[in-house]
Amino acid sequence: MYFFTLAVTNFTMQYLHNIGAYFLMIAEMFRKPTKWSVMRTLILKDVDDLIIGSLGIVAFISFFVGGVVTIQTALNISNPLIPKYLIGFATRQSIVLEFAPTFISIIMAGKVGSFITSSIGTMRVTEQIDALEVMGVNALNYLVFPKFIALMLYPFVISIAMFLGILGGLIAVKFGGFGTVEDYILGIQTDFTPFHITYAFIKTFVFAFILATIPSFYGFYMKGGALEVGKASTTSFVWTSVVIILLNYILTQLLLS
Amino acid sequence: MIDVKNIQKSFGDAHILKGISTTFEKGKTSLVIGQSGSGKTVFLKCLLGLFSPEQGSISYDGKIYSELTDAQKRNLRSEIGMVFQGSALFDSMTIMENVMFPLRLFTKQNKSEMEDRADFVLKRVNLEDAHHKMPSEASGGMQKRVAIARAIVNNPKYLFCDEPNSGLDPKTAIVIDNLIQEITDEYNITTVINSHDMNSVMEIGEKIVFLKDGLKAWEGSKETIFKTDNEVVTNFVYSSNLFKKVRKMYLNENE
Repeated sequence: MYFFTLAVTNFTMQYLHNIGAYFLMIAEMFRKPTKWSVMRTLILKDVDDLIIGSLGIVAFISFFVGGVVTIQTALNISNPLIPKYLIGFATRQSIVLEFAPTFISIIMAGKVGSFITSSIGTMRVTEQIDALEVMGVNALNYLVFPKFIALMLYPFVISIAMFLGILGGLIAVKFGGFGTVEDYILGIQTDFTPFHITYAFIKTFVFAFILATIPSFYGFYMKGGALEVGKASTTSFVWTSVVIILLNYILTQLLLS
Repeated sequence: MIDVKNIQKSFGDAHILKGISTTFEKGKTSLVIGQSGSGKTVFLKCLLGLFSPEQGSISYDGKIYSELTDAQKRNLRSEIGMVFQGSALFDSMTIMENVMFPLRLFTKQNKSEMEDRADFVLKRVNLEDAHHKMPSEASGGMQKRVAIARAIVNNPKYLFCDEPNSGLDPKTAIVIDNLIQEITDEYNITTVINSHDMNSVMEIGEKIVFLKDGLKAWEGSKETIFKTDNEVVTNFVYSSNLFKKVRKMYLNENE
């Protein structure tokens, strides 16, 4: 019993320590800004790596998942009394409220998050972060802040995901014979609540912050060599996903209930 | 000149530096040597301000580092050049961009001025055709030379090198040693090198500080290290048969 209590205490202390270190990292990220001419280049590079570089996979997944959501909805509406326009309505609600902001963020935790952790982790292993610090650069500002700014364009990615998801549904309806295009378009216009878009983008901004900072935390504070870089990437994906799911629940409760 | 007074540093229960005092003079190449785990890297990181010693002081030309404001520390850092063991070149930048990086951070030069300066130092380290290569395309010796070029591009007053010869063949290692020595003389800078390499000790050690178990066990120069009867130093420096023979020959010649 003693050892069990000791293990639980150590485990809890370790997580509390990490949470504290994470918030200290965020505070440090805004201190001692890097020279603007250098920062501008870093931001543009991160926009290219994190946003532009993610468009392809996001577009592909959104389009096909939109189609699948539509097919599954259509197949589950077998009662002739249920109007066909509900297929479009259900697709829109699923994509705007959950699929685009949350599901795409989980995918981005894998793609962008592991990229951030492994690139910063490799810089740690190869002493590039030490080199920055010796030069008097605030390494957290230099490495994490541009990613945070670049990911403020993340709602742009999610807008594309929403559009392509609904478009994928439209194509599935048209070519799958699950209803008419007119019904689908009527469905996506039915009971439209503008606040749902606001809710989706509030979530998106919060998830963008998480996507920039948690992977950076695991990369920046990693110790060891190449193997540990791989482990840090995995851990960062797990925790980014967990935090996104938890915050999704909390924000939904706060904003929609 | 860098003046180190009684610095001590611990990590948890491990007492790594137990009170080291020494002086590194301007225009001289000083080497810090010792076995693995003797505290050399921690000592160097304390000199660089990456670790804060718990006791003692480090002063750069009379300015005590721990008493400087953040702005003064930043100014001091702009006067420091560092060559890391693994070169630590930024792998997302070309060789030219790596060398220009300190200029972008610390100067208000325009792009062509920065390019001219980077071009000059790359020529100085005998790298004339590598400007647009990525670090991964350069050999180990080239990477070390780029790291030296980056360290000196901003005309530093202090140059630190952490095992600059590790992983290099003996011929390239001598080239790097001589390059550091020439740069130290040419720009009259204070150079401190962490090294395991006994060739470097004999080649460029104008001052040698030997660390053992977190303490300074001996200090002298490449001339006096041949004559010392300090057993700790001789066991370390002359551990190979070759160096034992070299020492014997030197002592016989100078008797």
